[in-house]
Amino acid sequence: MSHPTPSAEARVDRAWRLLDAVPDPEVPAVSVCDLGIVRDIHHDGEVLVVVLTPTYSGCPATEVIEASVIKALEDAGMAPVRTITRRSPAWTTDWISQKGREQLRAYGIAPPCTEAGPTERTVRFFPREAVLAQPACPRCGSSNTERVSQFGSTACKALHRCLACREPFEYFKPI
Amino acid sequence: MNLSPSKASQPALRYLLRVADTCLIHAQRLAEWCGHAPVLEEDIALTNIALDQIGQARAVFAHVAALEGAGRSEDDLAFLRIEREYLNPTLVELPRGDFAVTSLRNLFVATFQTLLWSALRDSKDSEVAAIAGKSIKEALYHQRHAADWCVRLGQGTEESQRRMSAALELLWPYVPELFESSAEDLEAVHTGLGPDWSSLEGEWRQEVQRVLDEAGLAPPAPSRFRSSGRLGRHSEHMGFLLAELQYLQRAVPEGRW
Repeated sequence: MSHPTPSAEARVDRAWRLLDAVPDPEVPAVSVCDLGIVRDIHHDGEVLVVVLTPTYSGCPATEVIEASVIKALEDAGMAPVRTITRRSPAWTTDWISQKGREQLRAYGIAPPCTEAGPTERTVRFFPREAVLAQPACPRCGSSNTERVSQFGSTACKALHRCLACREPFEYFKPI
Repeated sequence: MNLSPSKASQPALRYLLRVADTCLIHAQRLAEWCGHAPVLEEDIALTNIALDQIGQARAVFAHVAALEGAGRSEDDLAFLRIEREYLNPTLVELPRGDFAVTSLRNLFVATFQTLLWSALRDSKDSEVAAIAGKSIKEALYHQRHAADWCVRLGQGTEESQRRMSAALELLWPYVPELFESSAEDLEAVHTGLGPDWSSLEGEWRQEVQRVLDEAGLAPPAPSRFRSSGRLGRHSEHMGFLLAELQYLQRAVPEGRW
């Protein structure tokens, strides 16, 4: 070879930059890195290993994400590449980067409130208002919003409505 | 530690199948609501919950397949066993009924699963503990959703109250099975794989009772009836459910798209 092989560290850096451009298939405004799905990149001998943590157990995007991660790296000439799934620690919305949160908002999805999801096993069903802090409307910024449904178009989102501008919006729910 | 294939005993595999089959069969019933729920939001909610349950079932099936080391895949376990080899409690295979039956069963199952996943986080099998750590977060949302509906329907109109009472009458006799352990289960429990089912009963009854109280519903007196789905002896509804669940795999074996 006429030029020296880039060091392992440089290859890992480059892989992170490449993956930063791989969008999440369900939320294409945000990259798989900013969503916190890519946990680690390292070498196993010659093979570049990408560690992924799925968001929801039943998320149908999981396999698409694996395929697009491998494709992005292979297209950039970084083969051989392999992905592994790490379940523990479980994915949490706390891993969404600040940049990712801003991108979600700009895309019209309210980012998760910093207050975590239901962690203690208390059944909270009544009254509805007292449930959790309501997210601000990603369009007009008003915090006068209400939940329409706890489940939205994808596993990770809930359906909300802004009472100020009357627009419905999606909320990336904290888990 | 991770149980190595050679150390995975038959009781351990069957204990895990009891966990996974509960998710799979419940998901199948929930998925029947797709396109039929009373409002669009509920259609989406019920199918979302079904999807979470399928994801949880898949994770456990994949682990069982690996432990078993017999060359079976997660799909083989989900789609190609015969009725007697499914080990879900009868509760989850009962027909979906009306929205009251579905909401109440969701409450029963989600409460059971929050307690189960919560305990399984301490499993000596690290893969099971990892699956549980993820699933508990989902189950808490399911439980909240179900409790919310039970209270709303119980406190709602005369018609919704009547239907909730009928649902309670129908489902209550299937509850005791959830907390009965066979000798085989206890063998798995003693290896530290997971909790004895009976250890979940006290909290389950407490949590469900709180919702029923709020909903203004009273359970019927205990009956001597015992269901036995977990032992592979199912109700008459199971065969029909499996016919639909397995149809594609049986018609187009190993079909892919």
